[in-house]
Amino acid sequence: MKVLLNNKSTLLDDGLTIKRLLDQIDIKHKYFAVEVNEQIVPKSNHDSFHIKEGDKIEIVTAIGGG
Amino acid sequence: MKKLIIDNKEYKSRLILGTGKYKDFKETEAAIKSSSCEMVTVAIRRMNIGQDTESENLLEFISPEKYTILPNTAGCYTARDAIRTCEIASELLGGKKLVKLEVLSQSKNLFPNVVETLKAAEILVNKDFKVMVYTTDDPIVAKELENIGCECVMPLGSAIGSGRGIINKFNISEIVENANVPIIVDAGVGTASDACIAMELGCDGVLMNTAIASAKNPILMASAMKDAVISGYNAFHAGRIEIKDKASPSSPISGLVTGE
Repeated sequence: MKVLLNNKSTLLDDGLTIKRLLDQIDIKHKYFAVEVNEQIVPKSNHDSFHIKEGDKIEIVTAIGGG
Repeated sequence: MKKLIIDNKEYKSRLILGTGKYKDFKETEAAIKSSSCEMVTVAIRRMNIGQDTESENLLEFISPEKYTILPNTAGCYTARDAIRTCEIASELLGGKKLVKLEVLSQSKNLFPNVVETLKAAEILVNKDFKVMVYTTDDPIVAKELENIGCECVMPLGSAIGSGRGIINKFNISEIVENANVPIIVDAGVGTASDACIAMELGCDGVLMNTAIASAKNPILMASAMKDAVISGYNAFHAGRIEIKDKASPSSPISGLVTGE
């Protein structure tokens, strides 16, 4: 299925959960948050949340800023 | 002397540091240590998948267990975007609700969009966020933001990153006099005397980034800022002398050996 991941068109396996997606991306730290279609997906729901065709996924972190 | 309490936590340091523009995380960490600050701001951005995911994160250097992390909404030009950013920040920081609200208007001057800032502040306060709000040095707007329920009001000294210092001292004094929440000068500081002036005007703290991060020696400047904030704070509470038109000798005028 085709999704928009951090504003980039990306192909993912059908029915992938957020948890599985994060495993694939392999983030090495814990400081991130996930939003799907402008709704936050809390960490507790990452395992049960199934991504759908056309979803707009944002994976966000904290960086240096004033 | 009044304690600085933000979101039910007392701060000994009245200096808040931004974490942008440093050479690397090590330099950021060293400057923060040198400043003795207890609160730092961070920006919220998309992760560069495949790059950021493999590298270290800022918060591994600046631990949220040790420092209060103040996520900002820098780069947002509407209330809607700022609120969305605050919600993401809260999720990212394990449910923390303290945020720096910053809604901008024009990229050339980075002045706050006061209309959108007021809108966002009201919604965020209703969602139980503790809002430290960046605003203009307009005393009426500052009071309005306090009345909405913001935790701190943070007027600019001058434009972000400009290093022009406190352009309108009268307005900052007026904001301080009218306030029942901490007033923190945010933006415009160029060097230590600017931070000192902000504190001499009675502000509760100063937030800065560029003045330290872009100094030739950020670690030394961080230490200078620490001292400047303490000096200005003490001077304000010591009570400065009246400014007079005429000179007034410091030594007695009688008993001179050369006199009668």
